[in-house]
Amino acid sequence: MKTQRIRHLLPLFCFFSALTVNVQANPYETTLKNGLRVIVKEDRRAPTAVQMVWYRIGSMDEVDGQSGVAHVLEHMMFKGTPSVGPGEFNKRVAAAGGRDNAFTSRDYTAYFQQVPKEKLPEMMALEADRMRHLNVDAREFAQEIKVVMEERRMRTDDNPQAKLFEQMNAAAFQAHPYRRPIIGWMNDLENMSAADAKAWYETWYMPNNAYVVITGDVDHQAVFALAEQHYGVLESRPLPPRRPQSEPAQEGIRRISVKAPAELPALIMGWKAPVLRDIERDRDPYALDMLTAVLDGHDAARFNKKLVREDKVALSVDIGYDGSARGPGMLYITGTPSEGRSIADLEAAIRAEIARIQQDGVSPAELKRARAQLLAQQIYKKDSMFGQAMEIGQTEAANLPWQGIDKMLEKLQQVSAEDIQAAARKYFTDDTLTVGVLDPQPLAQAPRRPAQAGSRD
Amino acid sequence: MKRLLTVVFAFFTLLAGQPAVAGVAIEHWQTAGGTRVYFVASRALPMLDVQVDFAAGSMFDPPGKSGLAALTRGTLDLGAGDLDETAIAEQLADLGAQLGGGADTDRASVSLRTLTAADKLAPALAILGRVLASPRFADEIFAREQTRTVSALKEAQTRPDSIAGKAFWEALYPKHPYGRQASPESVAGLSRADARAFHAQYYVAANATITLVGDLDRASAERIAGELAAALPTGSAAVLPAPPVAVKGSQKNIAHPASQAHVQIGLPAIERGHPDFFPLVVGNYTLGGGGFVSRLMKEVRDKRGYAYSVYSYFAPLKQPGPFQIGLQTKRSQARDAIKLARGILDDFVKNGPSAEELAAAKANLTGSFPLRLDSNRKLLDNAAVIGFYGLPLDYLDTYQARVAAVTVDDVKKAFSRHIRGDYLTTVTVAGE
Repeated sequence: MKTQRIRHLLPLFCFFSALTVNVQANPYETTLKNGLRVIVKEDRRAPTAVQMVWYRIGSMDEVDGQSGVAHVLEHMMFKGTPSVGPGEFNKRVAAAGGRDNAFTSRDYTAYFQQVPKEKLPEMMALEADRMRHLNVDAREFAQEIKVVMEERRMRTDDNPQAKLFEQMNAAAFQAHPYRRPIIGWMNDLENMSAADAKAWYETWYMPNNAYVVITGDVDHQAVFALAEQHYGVLESRPLPPRRPQSEPAQEGIRRISVKAPAELPALIMGWKAPVLRDIERDRDPYALDMLTAVLDGHDAARFNKKLVREDKVALSVDIGYDGSARGPGMLYITGTPSEGRSIADLEAAIRAEIARIQQDGVSPAELKRARAQLLAQQIYKKDSMFGQAMEIGQTEAANLPWQGIDKMLEKLQQVSAEDIQAAARKYFTDDTLTVGVLDPQPLAQAPRRPAQAGSRD
Repeated sequence: MKRLLTVVFAFFTLLAGQPAVAGVAIEHWQTAGGTRVYFVASRALPMLDVQVDFAAGSMFDPPGKSGLAALTRGTLDLGAGDLDETAIAEQLADLGAQLGGGADTDRASVSLRTLTAADKLAPALAILGRVLASPRFADEIFAREQTRTVSALKEAQTRPDSIAGKAFWEALYPKHPYGRQASPESVAGLSRADARAFHAQYYVAANATITLVGDLDRASAERIAGELAAALPTGSAAVLPAPPVAVKGSQKNIAHPASQAHVQIGLPAIERGHPDFFPLVVGNYTLGGGGFVSRLMKEVRDKRGYAYSVYSYFAPLKQPGPFQIGLQTKRSQARDAIKLARGILDDFVKNGPSAEELAAAKANLTGSFPLRLDSNRKLLDNAAVIGFYGLPLDYLDTYQARVAAVTVDDVKKAFSRHIRGDYLTTVTVAGE
């Protein structure tokens, strides 16, 4: 099933680096006087480098009426400073033979460049410049907000599965800001101003709310010196307090449905789930991660084997669990029923598989298999410089120290069959479940109005 | 183990258009059965990537049997020799090995990523060998995958991007296999015997290239490639159809309820290895290949806010593949956006890039060269393309020099030769 959501991120726990050779030192970290942390992972396989600047600010920090502003500001970050004109940032990266981009999540906003290693100092100068000196020009904003609305149309409005996912989260979370889509509601985008983006930038973009991750063929001491030179001069400022906005306990199943032009129906089931807060003491997130591997870790894992191949009740079934996040966790199962089978058939079949784990647990062979895959991933992930930087950055974004990455892997390897069964019993409960259904509509209708009520289109 | 919810990118990442290239020692030899082998030693990590490519993509679908190449490839690893589909998946997972690949217009690929520890490498390679040489195509499994494919194709027929893509290729290649697309009906008509016959004809040693990248010495690479190839019947190399003939451009508008129009503009252009490749690719960087700094991006996205994603690329294939401009925009402004894009293209064909733009294009294409080679995965992709398409072995070594040699005049001449206005086809889905 094609999806517009970007799934380039490897599974959380397949991401963590195994520093089997040089555990002692690499990566290296320093903190500048202004509070900016710099983490360097030396990898000398090829003469290239990756710089990523991570801001601890994402869509979860937005307020009602301004959904999407974190992502809009990300776009505006390419629109210039007093010393680097609009569009000039991309131009300079391109001239350096580099590639750059940025991404916004619920929890963070991150910017990156991949360059030949000798161009790293210039990239650091560029990122440092826009950390505190961005122009948020009203004319540039007026154009860019249109681009973001086109992005929303492409990613969500015309993508039935994405729309289902958006609506499902809006139902699953009521108090916590995870209920809002990262890209923002269309009406909020239509009413956003350059001043909103500027205020966002002035409030959150500062060295004490950021960290820099650099991987590649670099010397960490040299990188630290460059960081001091470029970032060290930036002033820090106190951050506003952030309110927890904790989601109250869900006390009963929630069901929603979404109509959209499509051929196939789709089902999404989401259970509230824990996230990792304490690497040493937490147990359940590790157990749930291994549970997802047993259910969906390879082509003959339980879901695909039973539901797609044997019973043919589903065309596809997937499970998603991200155990590291600033906010509350969810475990998602998505699927599409086969022709002639209903959404209800599929939901019942998924529930039967869950019940099987709850009653009978998992086999030693299944657990061993999941562990073997995990170990192999630790080697494979080192093939990507970018992936290694992502791993450090995402771990830190969830307020977990990168130094705990190896420990997390160890903890995963220690998960027992009993842990998995206990986690399945504890978390797969209807009281915390939200179910979303895509109700496919024929195409041959009058064109949909481009947006919801209140739209100015 | 997957993240369903991840992130929203600021920019659309270009997926196509850049050639495979590198400055890397690729060793090449041929097995007794005529399989061409390409090998890059990369000793830093204890892992190996192997890719076996066959000229067995959708261009070789027999008439009336569109979708056969894809379904053959899709069912290849669902039971082979004495292993059923479950045994294959479980044994690979036990080894921490990953089997991948797929079929495009030209190639059917099977790739294996494995650890090189002795207790992992040999069993993983043994599974790969069996999948290549002895797929079962069991009745029940073939029927199941056929049904799933039909459903997926029906779903695709409701998506504006899929509809646009299908119509675009059909319009560009009315009499060539590149224009024939799998449909629910064509796939429903396929049989297990078709897959067997297709496999027997195309998954053969003389029609294969093998690419290896990883922690091996030459002798081991020779042995591994030799064993994989020896398990295949010798057979013969696939015979290409007559190349596509140029057809006059057309306009196609397809109604759809989406909020955005999907637009594709283009024509058949060049095959892999064409002498105009470098002027076209260097020129296209300025036009619409250079991401955020291209003219299309600046005019369509930055200045007017018409689109999130706008790009152009050349996709050279075994036979002339398309040049394409693509964008999505609010349905009410489709006409304006098309007019704008066409104007940018026409101006570029007529006048080419400025000297400054050409210099910027060269700086990026030569400067970014190391980024194309900084992982085993990228080395594999590059070497496999060079091998499959028979590009010269020094392609990597000479790439930067050939980019640097391109002049404004070269770009103008090459674009004038290949982008003729009256041959351009425009497909719009959901435009007003």
